[in-house]
Amino acid sequence: MTSTPQAVRRASPRKRRPATPAAPHPSAALLPQAEPVRLLNPDGSPLPARADYPEPPLAALREMYRRMVVGRRFDAQATALTKQGRLAVYPSSRGQEACQVGGVLALHDDDWVFPTYRESVALTARGIDPVEVLTLLRGDWHCGYDPAARYTAPQCTPLATQCVHAAGLAYGESYQGRDTVALVYIGDGATSEGDFHEGVNFAAVFKAPVVYFVQNNRYAISVPLSRQTAAPSLAYKGVGYGVPSEQVDGNDPVAVLAVLSRAVAHARAGKGPFLVEAHTYRMEPHTNADDATRYRDADEVEAWRDRDPITRLESYLRTRDMLDDAAVAEIAEEAEAYAARLRDRMNAQPTVDPLSLFEHVYAQPTPQLAEQRELLRAELAAAQEGDA
Amino acid sequence: MATMTMAKALNAALADAMLDDERVVVFGEDVGQLGGVFRITDGLQARFGDKRCFDTPLAEAGIVGFAVGLAMSGLRPVVEMQFDAFAYPAFEQIASHVAKLRNRTRGALSVPMVIRVPYAGGIGGVEHHCDSSEAYYAHTPGLKVVTPATVADAYSLLREAIDDPDPVVFMEPKKLYFASAEADLPARTAPFGRAVVRRPGRDATLVAYGPAVPVALEAAEAAGEEGWDLEVIDVRTIVPFDDATVTDSVRRTGRCVVVQEAQGFAGVGAEIAARVQERCFHALHAPVLRVAGLDIPYPAPMLEHTHLPSVDRVLDAVARLQWDDQPDPRWLTEGSGVPA
Repeated sequence: MTSTPQAVRRASPRKRRPATPAAPHPSAALLPQAEPVRLLNPDGSPLPARADYPEPPLAALREMYRRMVVGRRFDAQATALTKQGRLAVYPSSRGQEACQVGGVLALHDDDWVFPTYRESVALTARGIDPVEVLTLLRGDWHCGYDPAARYTAPQCTPLATQCVHAAGLAYGESYQGRDTVALVYIGDGATSEGDFHEGVNFAAVFKAPVVYFVQNNRYAISVPLSRQTAAPSLAYKGVGYGVPSEQVDGNDPVAVLAVLSRAVAHARAGKGPFLVEAHTYRMEPHTNADDATRYRDADEVEAWRDRDPITRLESYLRTRDMLDDAAVAEIAEEAEAYAARLRDRMNAQPTVDPLSLFEHVYAQPTPQLAEQRELLRAELAAAQEGDA
Repeated sequence: MATMTMAKALNAALADAMLDDERVVVFGEDVGQLGGVFRITDGLQARFGDKRCFDTPLAEAGIVGFAVGLAMSGLRPVVEMQFDAFAYPAFEQIASHVAKLRNRTRGALSVPMVIRVPYAGGIGGVEHHCDSSEAYYAHTPGLKVVTPATVADAYSLLREAIDDPDPVVFMEPKKLYFASAEADLPARTAPFGRAVVRRPGRDATLVAYGPAVPVALEAAEAAGEEGWDLEVIDVRTIVPFDDATVTDSVRRTGRCVVVQEAQGFAGVGAEIAARVQERCFHALHAPVLRVAGLDIPYPAPMLEHTHLPSVDRVLDAVARLQWDDQPDPRWLTEGSGVPA
């Protein structure tokens, strides 16, 4: 990253300059590299090893592969469940599995994740019960899992608002002497929201151990990246807040895990927040209710198919003797079983209790809520009598 | 007993809460070394250190969102919004997260915190410094909304807000900050959800909260000279609302005027008037009337006295409570009800 004065010296050989190198520009340590970090070619062949981002352990990469395969099968099952009317809506992350799983694998189990509604695969990769992950989208309640027990905030729908929560949580954890890191998932469009900027700024000012992980999948529903920012890339948004940043090929699982691991280590070491932008692509529409053909070409989607993160990692792991046909088949079988269990459980109609609506509004219901609860109870009883 | 201002009582409540519970942290804009623009946090940083009381970047959504995260980590944040209208950037955080997290997670996550909002006018403030914003919060399920009108209540309600398991929007009437009264701290007055009769009376009930309470009390004194014995109720906690105390009073007096400083349309006073009408219809001798601010953006300082509910307006309303069983002439016109 240090700029070299060599070329200048060669151009004017007669001017003798002092040998001390010029001080680096203060932004030099904060700016991302000009090109996204990449450790594998799209065909899975390795690029030359690099000192700044050492390759993660092969065992971790194999585990990453397993969770990506299971995650993709889960994603396909969720899409199918939506078509069958079992889910109200489903935002797919197909094609983004390296990011979904990488963010989780870079953390300790008791680090915190702040996901958005597109992070269903990340959450299942964290080991959260897939039915609890899908509660929000099935619609029997909002958040189906226990955030405190899983160190995972509820999936956030108001864009970027979770960026500030993560800053507060991470600061609060370090304030109380714990070395927790918080990782925020956020999309490209949401970086235009004010809370993204306030969150990154608060984290920087309070040196909160947060990794802001932008999955730039090129579209905010239909609006392309060019309408979100004039910055060279979203990773350049860190420098203005004094936050070091990096950009990474989001479809290169090895690079994603390497970059995120370094970002998490930076945060855990007490050096403050880190911003990572992953360049990736949403293969499916925004949700099942969206028609992506209205805003992007089939050719563009096809081109990204050749950069699939799962085949890329599979091919690399085969060359490193970490996978063979039998292992690939075994993992595929595991994914099928996972999806079948999910399908069976989701086919059972969930029970909902209207009277539970009054619980958890406050720690104790107000007199007004208690009154409304009694009225509803009577209404339900009368309806039941009418049915009988 | 000592004489002190409401500002001093609030300051003492914060200090005592920080002393009693080391999870309590106080932060916001200018609350550290300066002690807040109204000096409510005066001396807290010097006494408790800059980890317990600190300045933040100037960003209200950031302040409230940061408090959400701190509460998730187990701390008890008390944040200051510098002025009523400056809290609007935080509204998304308040409405979508602060108010809903307990509900969204079926009680697994709660975010107990206090959001202090200096509010309302009467201080000659220029625009964006005098809004009565309580209805926005009161309309948001999951929030408790509290507003003291006395020095003792300021202390007691703030201590209770900090101890409360739910998020509390604590509305501080700016014009009462520097009004003094005798108070014996640490005072503990009535708990949340309890309104209080500030002045007993037999003929009609004035229901008021926050900055309107002294106006209602003054009006009640003046009404005595005209032969009306008025009861004055201080609501204290808008949410949860104390229907019982208000209903009990109006059923005795048979007449009710609700006084609030905020613009009237769709305001807290409208809710109170509706509740009284629903619960006390057969005891009422006259429609429930409201005395409120005009339905205008808060006016410039030289015109604010025209906007604010005055003693005279309250007395005019009391006079229209059909004492001689005659209908209110204002509502006898055809059509919209606007007098010709």
